Amino acid sequence: MVRDSIKAEVKNLNFFYGNVQALKNINLDILEKRVTALIGPSGCGKTTFLRCFNRMHDLYPHNRYEGSIILKPDDIDIISPNIDPIEVRMRISMVFQKPNPFPKTIFENVAYGLRVRGISNKKVLAEVVEKSLRGAALWDEVKDRLDKPAFDLSGGQQQRLCIARALATNPEILLFDEPTSALDPIATSKIEELIVELKNNVTIIIVTHNMQQAARVSEYTAFMYLGEIIEYGKTEKIFTAPSEKLTEEYITGRFG
Amino acid sequence: MNELKKRIKYNKFLSSIFLIIGLLSTLVGLFLLTVLFVDLFIDGYPRLTYKFLTSFPSRIPEKAGILSAWVGSFLILFVTALAAIPIGVAAGIYLEEYGRKNWITNIIEINIANLAGVPSIVYGLLALGLFVYFFKFGESILTGGLTLALLILPMVIMATRESIRAIPNSIREASYALGATKWQTVQWHIFPYSLGGILTGIIIGLSRAIGETAPIITVGALTFIAFLPSPPITSDFPFLSFKWLFDPFTAMPIQMFNWVSRPQKEFQVNAAAAGIILMIMTLIMNGLAIYIRYRFRKKIKW
Amino acid sequence: MKIKKFKERIIESLLFICAVSSIFITLSIVVVLSYETFGFFKEISIVEFLTGTVWTPLFEPPKFGILPLVTGTLLTTFIALLVALPLGLMSAVYLSEYAPHRLRETVKPILELLAAVPTVVYGYFALLFLTPILQKFLTELSGFNALSPGIIIGIMIIPYVSSVSEDAMRAVPMHIREGSYAMGATKFQTAFKVIIPSAFSGIAAAFLIGISRAVGETMVVAIAAGMMPNFTINPYEPVQTLTAYIVQVSLGDVPHGSIEYKTIFAAGMVLFMMTLIFNIIGFWLRKKIREAY
Repeated sequence: MVRDSIKAEVKNLNFFYGNVQALKNINLDILEKRVTALIGPSGCGKTTFLRCFNRMHDLYPHNRYEGSIILKPDDIDIISPNIDPIEVRMRISMVFQKPNPFPKTIFENVAYGLRVRGISNKKVLAEVVEKSLRGAALWDEVKDRLDKPAFDLSGGQQQRLCIARALATNPEILLFDEPTSALDPIATSKIEELIVELKNNVTIIIVTHNMQQAARVSEYTAFMYLGEIIEYGKTEKIFTAPSEKLTEEYITGRFG
Repeated sequence: MNELKKRIKYNKFLSSIFLIIGLLSTLVGLFLLTVLFVDLFIDGYPRLTYKFLTSFPSRIPEKAGILSAWVGSFLILFVTALAAIPIGVAAGIYLEEYGRKNWITNIIEINIANLAGVPSIVYGLLALGLFVYFFKFGESILTGGLTLALLILPMVIMATRESIRAIPNSIREASYALGATKWQTVQWHIFPYSLGGILTGIIIGLSRAIGETAPIITVGALTFIAFLPSPPITSDFPFLSFKWLFDPFTAMPIQMFNWVSRPQKEFQVNAAAAGIILMIMTLIMNGLAIYIRYRFRKKIKW
Repeated sequence: MKIKKFKERIIESLLFICAVSSIFITLSIVVVLSYETFGFFKEISIVEFLTGTVWTPLFEPPKFGILPLVTGTLLTTFIALLVALPLGLMSAVYLSEYAPHRLRETVKPILELLAAVPTVVYGYFALLFLTPILQKFLTELSGFNALSPGIIIGIMIIPYVSSVSEDAMRAVPMHIREGSYAMGATKFQTAFKVIIPSAFSGIAAAFLIGISRAVGETMVVAIAAGMMPNFTINPYEPVQTLTAYIVQVSLGDVPHGSIEYKTIFAAGMVLFMMTLIFNIIGFWLRKKIREAY
């Protein structure tokens, strides 16, 4: 078996909301074309950590990063102030907790990222939209009504539409922030199957508070608590033989 | 990758261009407000004397003043406040605290929103038909005050409702849990807590009333009045007189309008001077409203 | 206990009467306007009124064609909207999407002062400040014209347009905004591609409030537009609006019950109908868009 290559290297990452330190000295390697799950009790900083990868924190004042996240292979530090957050977001896409389609047609929702990049060639757009919708396992359901408003879709379909939107720009990393927390079990299992499928092509980081979900979709899991990484390793190991007591207590449901 | 960087640069350039456009669009209003005030001040300053405040209008511009106008404005405002505040606040309290969701409250709600969009001169026509000729109040201070009361009633109702709506339900529940009746809850909790917002709305409404010209022209405000209304206090029993309510009147904006529409430059100076005083009145009232809103917001934290 | 209950009932009834009184205002507007307008149409044919292009009720021979007043109103309104809609919308986008919190909180109350300045002061400004300045560039502009009051009304209604649009934009949930930023969009792209379409119903409502204000504005046009019922769409010429005509008649001594007296109610009725139509369009638009989403 070929050794996994590293896609992103998190080094000594600290993060502050004003004076409040939300992430403490995080060190972690994200592996290419693997699913990495971030788990932990609410408020442990997992979403905060995830949002560092596409610089979402830059949208609000008084937020501060320390340390670095090195993106391979070109070795740029994506949280450095010298790097434009917009460039980072164009390379690293995100799917949110609640489906958030735009008030546009299904087609335009998927094409959004390309439009933002100034691509307006109809043929190119149509190709990419189809490919992305197929990638998000939504094509067969919507191919006859691409010009209908995205709001007509069900919640699960909307979330897959958001995945298609994120895929359309060929991201290097795809971030999922509790993508199924607003969905019913059937829609959830569809999204989970999709994530497993997607990792063949893209590196995935997923935040979830559903441990079964982490176990089902990820190869690597990081357990976070109070802004720190307590334990990080192969998912099977974290869930069957955790080396930290805290991890074990969380996994066995003694707190959380 | 270079292509992408170029594109980002271009996108950000557009975005910063818009930043400038947006900022300018916001500032253009403020800029004009300043120009307006400065222009008015330069034009009217020479006439701004104590004598201007204490003289009646006159055919000779230098001798003319705004005594009857500002007295008229205050009396009208007094009537307006007396009529609009109790009814408006009561209506607001009913709609928020008592009104159940049914067709009546629904109609009242749509109706109030609609009334707020009716042009002020239409209120003037209503008052002309209703107060002047139907109730035979004549072209009087009473008519003028009631006309403006109709005009600001929707504003007072909306301000009251908004400010009551901001009170969290837990306060009501706490009061009911102690056995208070609905009215006691309103009296002791809802009304005091929403007072700041209600006052703000009332003051803004009154400041709008003081500058309103069109509706009181329609109900027959006179443009030339060289006497004051009858005094409200008399030397004979019962010492109070309401005769002033039925006296003819003029008001600040009417006086200013009259002077603006004259071709002579001297009268336009008077107009500017009256305009300065009118502006100062409105600015003080609005400043007061902003201050009260700020104070109450600071005092009460949910 | 019984007395207490009785007192509660009395208070509730009193409050209810106050709330219902607002309906009586609307009803009396409709009754008063219809009553006098009906009397007017007993003497003047409705066809002449609605299609005539000459409006001279105060002169001999009197003519009662309302169209010059309607075009005068639409002309000044149109000019006002050309100023207020773009400026109001741009300013709303700026305040909602770009401006830092502190700046927004300071600028908003000041901007709202624009709507608080008495309209008669704006009239002064239009006639004695703006018109002379415009005449330096536009030599064919007459001393009374539709252009200058139109522009001033536009500035006056910016706060209505901008504050309602801004509220609508700020009501767009944060996760929609983040969705756009996460795709690498700039503030500009997010505002125009996502926020404005999302807030469309609110923005449309803001525009309609602006239109309704401009149509009903009285003193600025009464002072600066010239009280001349010209049937024209030339903004350089003097015009008269429906509102300004009502003022003109009210200033004179018109006997109660005369045909001149009734004309102002007929004009008021047309004005009321126009604003009502805008309100209904606004209502319908908001409903339609709410269904679409």
